[in-house]
Amino acid sequence: MKLNLKVWRQKGAETGGKFETYTVEANEHMSFLEMLDVLNEQLIAEQKEPVSFEHDCREGICGTCSMVINGHPHGPMKGTTTCQLHMRHFNDGETITIEPFRANAFPVIKDLVVDRSAFDRIIQAGGYISVNTGQAQDGNSIPIEKELASEAFDAATCIGCGACVAACPNASAMLFTSAKISHLNMLPQGEVEAAQRVLNMVDQMDAEGFGACSNVTACEAECPKDISVKNIARVNREYFAATLASERVSKK
Amino acid sequence: MNWFTRFLTSSIGKKLIMSLTGLFLCLFLIVHLAGNLQLLLDDGGNAFNLYAYTMTHNPLIKAVSYGTYFFIILHAIQGIVLALQNRKARNSKYAVKVTRTTGTSSFAARQMALLGSLILIFLGIHMGDFWWKMKSNQTNTLTIEGIEVQDLYEKVAASFSVEWIVAFYVVAMIGLCFHLLHGFQSAFQTLGLNHKKYTPFIQLLGKGFAILVPTLFALIPLYFYFVK
Ligand code: HEM
Ligand code: SF4
Ligand code: FES
Repeated sequence: MKLNLKVWRQKGAETGGKFETYTVEANEHMSFLEMLDVLNEQLIAEQKEPVSFEHDCREGICGTCSMVINGHPHGPMKGTTTCQLHMRHFNDGETITIEPFRANAFPVIKDLVVDRSAFDRIIQAGGYISVNTGQAQDGNSIPIEKELASEAFDAATCIGCGACVAACPNASAMLFTSAKISHLNMLPQGEVEAAQRVLNMVDQMDAEGFGACSNVTACEAECPKDISVKNIARVNREYFAATLASERVSKK
Repeated sequence: MNWFTRFLTSSIGKKLIMSLTGLFLCLFLIVHLAGNLQLLLDDGGNAFNLYAYTMTHNPLIKAVSYGTYFFIILHAIQGIVLALQNRKARNSKYAVKVTRTTGTSSFAARQMALLGSLILIFLGIHMGDFWWKMKSNQTNTLTIEGIEVQDLYEKVAASFSVEWIVAFYVVAMIGLCFHLLHGFQSAFQTLGLNHKKYTPFIQLLGKGFAILVPTLFALIPLYFYFVK
């Protein structure tokens, strides 16, 4: 299949960028990233600069393959990462627009690569459990209700890709932050630090320059892991409760 | 920063203010609508004029109405500030952007500030036309059941015989409908209420409220213009 690609090219963080158009011959069984590999080999053969894009696992679990394809972060298929998106979902002769995730908190490093270290700093603010775990515990030694375990696990499937920020009209990071808070706060191991976790992580999220959540739900619609906005509601109420009830006063 | 101001200026705190003031305004709409539907009675405006008299002379109702003015202003200022701040979170715009949503209207959700501004302009014209003219005694007085009241009914009938005013009221109510289509259910999500048992009911109630209340409001000028 023949494809016309409109790709965002940007040399560095400080320079502006623009679209370049390329034509590639791809196979419908290729993944989107394999199709971009073909483009890059072609560019290298022509002694041109290949398109920079991030990728690692190529099996939908690491969350690095960020790009906006025809207006959708990770492309038009629901619950699918770019690396798991196959070319059979596109038509022969189609023009595909590919641009980076756009948010001030995610500055472009080069072409389609953006700096998502803001997410790392949100995790550093409270996305962990500070206990000495010692020996590996026996399975099921801490009984956890099945519904709770499933909901915590669903939240834990967030791969930190940032598509929620890219999709949100406000570039809000609430879906990511709420998934990371929820998956720890719902379990007994995480409950001990629940109040300070929600306060610290939300404070850090606000400090990174993401927008506020307007409940648009574009994040849930575009999330490759189908993370639910129920987590956002949970974090809202835990944030109210922690603010009112805990002795802790925010550092910022 | 003091913990309380820190809370109110956090992204979640700002939204809490939007949610609580928004829900208060929804309650206000119900009361305002119930009162105004008396305009449709065939009694020469007596019931409505007496009602308007009570609303402006009962001290408790007066206190609540000042609260309402305050909440509208707070909701509007906070809403516009939030919208401007949220826009600033993304300086470089997408060449192609499709906003898919789940469980809310994508148009309404993205255009809350625009729809709100339309409502604000409407409120300015609406208050200027009725509230201000009554406050500054630009209405005639008449006596009903021994009470001397201002004839606000006559003022309403006069305004609703003007084509552009009627058209503008209808447009504003369509704006309010979309504002509530997203806003009603969104306010509960902001409060942290998203539950398998209650959310489907809230979603349905929100749709009903968003369609019914503005439709009934819009019926009043239409009835005056076309029927009375
Ligand atoms: C009677 C009139 C109004 C009612 C009943 C109303 C109701 C609501 C409700 C229930 C919400 C949802 C709050 C939430 O998501 O938590 C909302 C949001 C909003 N309203 Fe209003 N509103 C009214 C007038 C206005 C006006 C005059 C403005 C002025 C600009 C405005 C601007 C906004 C904005 C920008 C939001 C979205 C905030 C966000 O999610 O970021 N509204 N409104
Ligand atoms: S919530 Fe979804 S879209 Fe957001 S970072 Fe996690 S996996 Fe990606
Ligand atoms: S490359 Fe790891 S999720 Fe796509």
